[in-house]
Amino acid sequence: MMLQAEKPVVTLKEHIVEIISDSGEGAQRCGQSLGSIAARMGNGIWTVEIIPAEIRPPARSVAGASGNRIRIGAGRITNGGDETDLVVAFNEQVLLGRVRDRELKPGCTILLENMWRSHKDPTVAASYKEAYDRLVAAGYKVHEVPMEKECLALVNDARRGKNMFALGMLCSIYSLDLALAREQIAITFGKKERSVIDANIRLLDAGHAWAEAHLDFKYRIPATRSTVPQIVVNGNTALALGVLASGMEICAMYPITPATSASHYLSDVFEKVGGIVHQAEDEIAACAFAIGASYAGKCAVTITSGPGYSLKQEGIGLAVMCEIPLVVINVQRGGPSTGQPTKAEQGDLLSAMFGSHGDAPKVVMAASTIEDCFYSVVTARKIAETFNMVVVVLTDAGLATSQQPFPRPQFSESWLAPPIDQTPVPEGTKPYDWDPATGLARRIVPGQPNGMHTITGLAHDRLSHVAYDPDANQEGLRMRSLKLATLQKSLKAPPVVGGDSGDLLVIGWGSTQGAIEESVATLRAEGLNVSSMHLRFLQPLPPGIKDAMQRFKTVMTIESNWGDSPQDEIIDENNRRYSALAMLLRARYLVDVDCWTEVRGQPIKPGSICRVIREKLKPGAKPVTKKLKAAKS
Amino acid sequence: MNTATECLLRLVEEHHELEDYQGGVPRWCTGCGDNAILAAVQRLCRDENLRPEKTVFVSGIGCSSRFPHYMRTYGFHGIHGRALPLAEGVKMSRPDLQVFVNTGDGDCCSIGAAHWIHALRYNMNMTLMLHDNQVYGLTKMQASPTSPKGTKTNTSPRGSYLDALNPLTVTLGVQNVSFVAQVVDWIPEVLFDVVRAAFHHKGFSFIRIIQRCPEWLPRMFEPVLHDTNRVLLLHHADGLQLSESLTRTYRKQLEHDPSDIHRAREIASGSDPIPVGILYRNPEVPCYEETRHAGQLTTPAHVRAALETELDKYTVWPQQA
Repeated sequence: MMLQAEKPVVTLKEHIVEIISDSGEGAQRCGQSLGSIAARMGNGIWTVEIIPAEIRPPARSVAGASGNRIRIGAGRITNGGDETDLVVAFNEQVLLGRVRDRELKPGCTILLENMWRSHKDPTVAASYKEAYDRLVAAGYKVHEVPMEKECLALVNDARRGKNMFALGMLCSIYSLDLALAREQIAITFGKKERSVIDANIRLLDAGHAWAEAHLDFKYRIPATRSTVPQIVVNGNTALALGVLASGMEICAMYPITPATSASHYLSDVFEKVGGIVHQAEDEIAACAFAIGASYAGKCAVTITSGPGYSLKQEGIGLAVMCEIPLVVINVQRGGPSTGQPTKAEQGDLLSAMFGSHGDAPKVVMAASTIEDCFYSVVTARKIAETFNMVVVVLTDAGLATSQQPFPRPQFSESWLAPPIDQTPVPEGTKPYDWDPATGLARRIVPGQPNGMHTITGLAHDRLSHVAYDPDANQEGLRMRSLKLATLQKSLKAPPVVGGDSGDLLVIGWGSTQGAIEESVATLRAEGLNVSSMHLRFLQPLPPGIKDAMQRFKTVMTIESNWGDSPQDEIIDENNRRYSALAMLLRARYLVDVDCWTEVRGQPIKPGSICRVIREKLKPGAKPVTKKLKAAKS
Repeated sequence: MNTATECLLRLVEEHHELEDYQGGVPRWCTGCGDNAILAAVQRLCRDENLRPEKTVFVSGIGCSSRFPHYMRTYGFHGIHGRALPLAEGVKMSRPDLQVFVNTGDGDCCSIGAAHWIHALRYNMNMTLMLHDNQVYGLTKMQASPTSPKGTKTNTSPRGSYLDALNPLTVTLGVQNVSFVAQVVDWIPEVLFDVVRAAFHHKGFSFIRIIQRCPEWLPRMFEPVLHDTNRVLLLHHADGLQLSESLTRTYRKQLEHDPSDIHRAREIASGSDPIPVGILYRNPEVPCYEETRHAGQLTTPAHVRAALETELDKYTVWPQQA
């Protein structure tokens, strides 16, 4: 069926699109390119990688979906959103996995490769037909697309090109600028020969033409180009750029998912500024290497994820005890143990704050956006060197692989560490000359004449001499603790988003900011009196939190770590384990903070948050009584 | 090597006495081999006129690791097993500093064994002294990996169960090994000569120092101490040259070329007589800190230029040319 050239264009506020395939078929690249083109048009975007757990899962497997999910909006987009509106799938099996995970909106549009219908292996053809019929019966709008056939008209191997055909279709569907798309291909394949670029542009054009001719729908998502330059990177790239911009010179790491891509990128660019990424023999060595480097020179950084963070704990305690500046980045993943290496979770807050034996006060920050990943590292380095403290920066697998445009950072020399002090130390200066009010002391660096002393993880006095007397130990613990209070005095109260008072204050931290604030806006538009507050500093906690909480009837946290549900039969106030932030807020402020958490390995969706808050503020809409186990007859 | 601090001028050539390197009063037991190592190292510092502020001793945990406290240089008394990665970070950050590592048989060969293997691969320019008394001392007499089989300790009251690990053969088996020596604490002359040779070797110098522990294994070395034929002195025109008094006392001698790794491995396999001297030396192995430092300095201008180049790649609007 050939359609007429002109078809109605439906204007949308936003749409969620995903492209999924087997690993290695290029859906990731198609998705990233689509995101970049939309961002260049001036649309808000948020892209999420869909990553199978294995490097090469079997072809056509339900668990093997690899690809990208792009939320495109007319305005700024702060999170991945809810379920998918339109999906391009290279086979029906990967699609079934997404249906199983409840990632697709009921009745959404599916563009499905149809080569399997006539596959020479009858079981493949049968499974395709069965899946197709099931999807249609379930109400999905399934369009079969002969992607393989169309691509083979242009290239010999359709596996290497179908993704650009799909990109062309999507450019047509969303009325994206084809010239921009061609430019994007030239950028994407910039390192390849001209013939490769040209072949991909032909595939793009073919996909576009096919969709124009064969699809009876077309959308437009209005775009507004920002007046300031925008960059698009994922959270791990932002972290690496932050390391570069902070003037740190040494990053020690050990490979671990999902943190490693930050170090991959840093390895590529760091040497240009005299920096070094050291791949250590293990996580413990990476931490110790960074501590040694910091001790003798500029603050260093070690980047890891949950299990690696656990291994570094003893080293972190050493840095705390010796007051060596250190930045530790933990890209959180699902835990405990090996957990879910590629999935997002916020499960390491308490171990970041209270990890390492004894009292080991350290600063804990959490990046809440992609942009924040960049600036958090710059800030962390500065705090570490100002206070001679360990600063832990928490991000997570969601931020690590998601992309979002944000204003291009304007470099400032004030971001950089000062040169290493090599001036003689005045006679009589003590290595730990703690200011009794703030706990701060100047740091003496090897190379400074007259400053010779031995630092030690043992209890020590102001001369850095091993000290077992009670007063020295008491003083050391007090001074190291006071530094947190000193930092706390310089923090600003976090803003309350929504109304200044009301029925419910939602408090979050880290990557959930976008979803929480979007939900608050949605619910306020519905008339609910809900506001939110988002914390970037978790230790020390900034001022103003208690005041804000007291202006609301109820307070709850929304987090992606475990919290017991009071709906469970055996759970009551005496045994309920609250989520991490809720526990901290309850303990510090003596406020009855509730919590709702989800640990599905996916970023929390705004739709889920809205549902939970509606239920909390309008109880009775659904029964809230406990699910008592029915006695089986 | 190219670091900012190396550009600082030394306007006055300072001379140092032994006292300039003496820190706190050692609290090791009387007769502990650590004292002999400290004396040799302080003499080395004086003879080489090392600048105390440019010298760093890094250690782990154990009797040996109290060493930095007794020097009047910079020191980093770290955590158990991690002296090497700490020292590597120091050296990478500051190649202009002289770095020494003091570690024990538990610290290096047990809890820190992974770092030992990899330190050999990195071959960073530093000197490691393995204070090997073949027992855990600070935690009060447990078997260590180098305890001879049958050693009675608090964790092996009927004698230790396993054959001792030989630190020399392990070290000589690792790729990039560049300097391996063995000494005993009771021959101070050789101890000093080996420490000096290690200091002058460019690369990672590994010295196993067999030392007495009068507190926990008081009789362990008595037979060896009383029979000079149970020590085999290694000498060579490119290695140690033995003094007349030494050659008179220790009759068992072997001419060994330290560039011969196969012969070094053979010698390392023997424990009776104890080989003493330089087993292996290869000054050609690249040092990791030199391989990694590209010669580029971190300046605000470089950081700005690199950052802007990277940001250009990711700028979507306005589009870059």
